[in-house]
Amino acid sequence: MKVAKDLVAASATPMVLGILAEGESYGYAILRRINELSGGELDWTEGLLYPLLHRLERLAYVEASWQSVVGERKRKYYRITDKGLAELAEQRRQWDTVVGALKEIWHDRAPLTVNPLEGLA
Amino acid sequence: MTAYDGPEQLEAQFAQWRQYVLRRRELQAVDADELEDHLRGSVDELVAAGLSPDEAFLVAVKRMGSLDDISREFAREHSERLWKQLVLTGDAGSPAAGTRSRRDLWVMFGCAAGAVVSVKAPALFGLTFDDDGSFYARNATLFALPWLAAFLAWRRQARPVVIAVLVALFALGAVAANAYPLADDSQSVVVSSVHLPIALWLVVGLAYVADDWRSSRRRMDFIRFTGEWFIYFVLMALGGGVLAAFLFNTFAAIGIVPEAFVSQWLLPCGAAAAVVVAGWLVEAKQSVVENIAPVLTRLFTPLFTAALLAFLVAVVWTSHGIEVEREALILFDLLLVVVLGLLLYSLSARDPLAPPGPFDKLQLALVVSALAIDVLVLLEITGRITDEYGGTPNRAAALGENVILLVNLAWSAWLLLTFIRRRTSFAALERWQTGYLPVYAAWAWIVVLVFPPLFSYA
Repeated sequence: MKVAKDLVAASATPMVLGILAEGESYGYAILRRINELSGGELDWTEGLLYPLLHRLERLAYVEASWQSVVGERKRKYYRITDKGLAELAEQRRQWDTVVGALKEIWHDRAPLTVNPLEGLA
Repeated sequence: MTAYDGPEQLEAQFAQWRQYVLRRRELQAVDADELEDHLRGSVDELVAAGLSPDEAFLVAVKRMGSLDDISREFAREHSERLWKQLVLTGDAGSPAAGTRSRRDLWVMFGCAAGAVVSVKAPALFGLTFDDDGSFYARNATLFALPWLAAFLAWRRQARPVVIAVLVALFALGAVAANAYPLADDSQSVVVSSVHLPIALWLVVGLAYVADDWRSSRRRMDFIRFTGEWFIYFVLMALGGGVLAAFLFNTFAAIGIVPEAFVSQWLLPCGAAAAVVVAGWLVEAKQSVVENIAPVLTRLFTPLFTAALLAFLVAVVWTSHGIEVEREALILFDLLLVVVLGLLLYSLSARDPLAPPGPFDKLQLALVVSALAIDVLVLLEITGRITDEYGGTPNRAAALGENVILLVNLAWSAWLLLTFIRRRTSFAALERWQTGYLPVYAAWAWIVVLVFPPLFSYA
């Protein structure tokens, strides 16, 4: 099973912000982490991740810095900002609503409590 | 596996991959750094899992997906990169180019200021725009063009000899404009005022090609420069017009009429500065922005060809001779100039090595129809020029121009024809046009210097 592209795109921002909320990270590690978290089911490409990171940077949800790692190699690290944390909290509320609603439908099998008057309307 | 299949080869592969990435306009050097780091992370992991570096590289690149997809995604986030922007102070990435273009900017400011001062300096000697309009009309181009030439000569690091020639020619222009005893309403004044700018513009051209004035390529660059300069100048003039209109009307609304300021200061100083600024803009933007003049010629060549052919058909159909009014010759001169411009700017943008195509045929049709019209006009005119109006400076200048343009276009048509029939190379056409530039210069100088005494200052 692969997750549909639209769903991947819709969940991309909270996913990246959530991972960065755990601590600063860089592109490759973020991709690995997503892979790990989803058991390889989320099909992320570099073409999705890096432009997204740049957009989040432009919106000031994350800030970036170049740090040198082994030898001459330089790596761009991303860190979440307060604004990004606020956005994450907001997105999380929205996702909780969506997920909660879906769970309500699928798992709890709660009886349909349709108001007969509304049902007629 | 060979002994070379080690870190060096892997580095070479990374370098090559980086080249591919940098070739894309959507991806900049920092993006390449970031993606390369990603690729390296991927390769390291695969090597740790037991692949050889070579295999790991291939797999990692494959996993990254096609660069097309990646750059498309980057373009969605960074759409501004598809629009090339003018960087006023050069590429931040290269400090050497940055210093150079900053220095350019300052020299440009200096030259523009010089042009502004030149325009206003005569006022110190009591020459006003209102009372001495003809002085300003005669000298208009002498205020700004020397400064543009100075800027270009500085950029080209012209040799002292060239600078001396430039100075001498501008001085000659100043003498020609002011030394002859021409009445303000004489024809010669008008003819001189029209031809002096042409002569001086070609002096600017000399400054432009100062580093290699014999080179046909450099002269073609000057033709390109002329077209772009003109377009930038017109754009700035439009902007200046809007500025002046707002300034005038907003101040008028509070009861202050800034008419004197606008007409005495803003317009003349703005125009003089714009001459230099436009030159600087073309120099700064030549590699940044696609040239506009060739785009316009592409658009208008078919339209002009259709219009001229329609006119020819109409002449034949109605068998109505062309009415040669007083101004007709000048009108048809201008027509030839437009056709020549269309031809020149298409040439300037053409790949010299490309084989002849349909557009070349279209151009041949344009040139031939213009020639046909001009021959009709000349036939009408030759009978009358001697008896009806006699020789006036206007008429002689217009006729001379017509002959010069006719010769140019006739030979161009011949060269185009042989080029389309693959008998000669495109370079011959280019050389003909660039070699012809001195003819315009010589004619303009003759009209400015020789005509007034020749027609006894009429």
